[in-house]
Amino acid sequence: MSEFAIDVKGLTKAFGDKLAVNGVDLAMPRGQVWGFLGPNGSGKTTTIRMICGLLRPTAGSGSCLGFDILTEADKIKLRAGYMTQKFSFWTDLTIRENLEFVARLYQLGDLAGTVDTTLDELGLASRQHQLAGNLSGGWKQRLALAAVTMHEPELLLLDEPTAGVDPQARRDFWDEIHRITSERGVTALVSTHYMDEAERCDHIVYLANGELVTQGTARDIVARSGLVTFRAEGKGVRALSAELEGRPGIEHIAYFGSALHVSGTQRVLIESAVTQAAAPDVEWQEVRPTLEDAFIAMTHEAGVDERQHA
Amino acid sequence: MIGSGFSGRVLAIFIKEFAQMRRDRFTFALMLGVPILQLVLFGYAINTNPKHLPTAVYAAESTPIVRSLLKGLENSDYFDLVEQGNDPRQGQHLLARGDVAFVVTIPPGFTADLIAARRPQLLVEADATDPSVAANALGQADAIFASALRHDLKGPLAGLRPGQQPFELVVHRKFNPEGITQYNIVPGLLGVILTLTLVMITGIAMTREAERGTMENLLAMPARPFEVMVGKIAPYLVVGAVQTLVILIAARFLFAVPFAGNMALLMLGLVIFVIANLAVGFTFSTIAATQMQAMQMTVFFFLPSILLSGFMFPFRGMPGWAQVIGEVLPLTHFLRVVRGVMLKGVSIGDIVYPLLAMTLFTTVVCTIAMLRYRRTLD
Ligand SMILES: Nc1ncnc2c1ncn2[C@@H]1O[C@H](COP(=O)(O)OP(=O)(O)O)[C@@H](O)[C@H]1O
Ligand SMILES: [Mg+2]
Repeated sequence: MSEFAIDVKGLTKAFGDKLAVNGVDLAMPRGQVWGFLGPNGSGKTTTIRMICGLLRPTAGSGSCLGFDILTEADKIKLRAGYMTQKFSFWTDLTIRENLEFVARLYQLGDLAGTVDTTLDELGLASRQHQLAGNLSGGWKQRLALAAVTMHEPELLLLDEPTAGVDPQARRDFWDEIHRITSERGVTALVSTHYMDEAERCDHIVYLANGELVTQGTARDIVARSGLVTFRAEGKGVRALSAELEGRPGIEHIAYFGSALHVSGTQRVLIESAVTQAAAPDVEWQEVRPTLEDAFIAMTHEAGVDERQHA
Repeated sequence: MIGSGFSGRVLAIFIKEFAQMRRDRFTFALMLGVPILQLVLFGYAINTNPKHLPTAVYAAESTPIVRSLLKGLENSDYFDLVEQGNDPRQGQHLLARGDVAFVVTIPPGFTADLIAARRPQLLVEADATDPSVAANALGQADAIFASALRHDLKGPLAGLRPGQQPFELVVHRKFNPEGITQYNIVPGLLGVILTLTLVMITGIAMTREAERGTMENLLAMPARPFEVMVGKIAPYLVVGAVQTLVILIAARFLFAVPFAGNMALLMLGLVIFVIANLAVGFTFSTIAATQMQAMQMTVFFFLPSILLSGFMFPFRGMPGWAQVIGEVLPLTHFLRVVRGVMLKGVSIGDIVYPLLAMTLFTTVVCTIAMLRYRRTLD
């Protein structure tokens, strides 16, 4: 058995002459939970699809759970659980019928028992005869997670599972991911746009424009960014942001709530900019850069912002 | 009241619709394709006054008079001699299979009786399952034979010419002696209805998954293409069975269509035919990008099926190229089976060829479906 759940090299996918994914290398040890980040259109979904054999890479190779992603997709499908970005269960089937369908396809023994257990764990036993299409966004995602874990996969590929889900449901969802991965030793690759979720991961992979920009723990990534960040708070903040834009040393400016984060890699320059921008109704303070500061900086560095709003 | 912005908003919608129409190439192609297809089929393929109908001749003797008769038959536009022999039983088989539309029998002693002015009988048996096929040709038969003999009835035989024909033309309209069109149409409708509904239903089998976004999920799970196809087709076997039952009951009790043959034989033909159509629909759904396209393909398949199969217009009346296309279509073969079994009471030997043809068709179509089935999202 390969020590890596996912081990791919040079993964590349072109749609026409557009490179959606360009030379991505990933070596993901078993048993970990990885966060997969990057702006919309950066190639997360495409990468995941190539890993589970749903798209043929234009170039590159590798294995998933020890099976070749080019030739052994059937074996990968039996052992991995892939939750699509868009809800893709059958909205005109009931919750129970959806689960039964999945259980039958994977030929799970004790069909009724397995489905009952899953429904109980989900807390959907009382609503099992409702159409899946009538569930709210958060419940749909929980149903999907339950459905893709029913066959006890060794690897979970979850594509933006918490997009459009309320904060409490997001927390519940992540508790569930951690429960599954720690109880069963399952590996999970989870794409997300949420920093708090990313921070719960063992390791973060960041894509931009189809290329792997950086990876590591949240702490490593922040440290490696070499950013110096100052935080401005107070009434005068809104007027400030336009004023600071484009000053030497200020590489990017972003709002965090009502506060403004001003970051750059050159301490001297940024300190002088901040001193000049001093105003009576603004309070300045140096802070530890957050993961988000680091990602915003990387998105800027990646050059043209080619985000797509899918 | 029409407001001042009326024309502007109409224009806005017009431009939007036009842009969308232009982008939907498939529909655009179909809007040109269907009229062309119909023009060609109705203009060239369909002939409501069928000529050159295959005819078998069994002549017990080969006298100059008989030869003249056969020559006259051959020279006519209506009859094509495809089989000539002396075992009249062979002719019955050919009629039952639909290989020939007519069997002409010239009995022994025909010439002698003719010369002796004893008015011998000349027997013409017609496959009257489709009354319209036989009607025109039979109407002409008397005249054709008479003019064929005109040159022979000279000299001593000239006395036979005036007035009455020197022979008696006996016509047997077989399988449907009263010429009731329903007998022909109702069994045919069984095939037509099954074709339309089954191809349409399975045509959306895969496209619906693609359009609703469930395709990705299906592909991510361990189901092989053949398993998906069989699983998706099987429920409609039941639908086909129910439809068949309804139509057969209606045929019996509403239209009093006779059932001459063997029910098991009909069932065999039905099962093969239903699977053939389901396979066509499934194949369309692997080719089409949307449910709409699958529907359009169904129309494109249905048109020739109904026009070139011999359902609406006599198969033998069509030009060769149209018959070749017709031979490909499962409905053509099914019509031979269903009319053969219900109206003619044929045995399995007579319908082996159409059964095999439908099986071959199904195999080819399933192979295409398997080749076209997307295992990935590419
Ligand atoms: N089937 C496809 N055909 C053409 N382009 C595609 C297709 N799928 C994705 N893309 C493009 O590839 C890029 C990466 O997309 P995707 O992997 O969905 O990004 P992400 O999941 O990170 O938002 C985008 O520019 C997107 O438009
Ligand atoms: Mg995505």
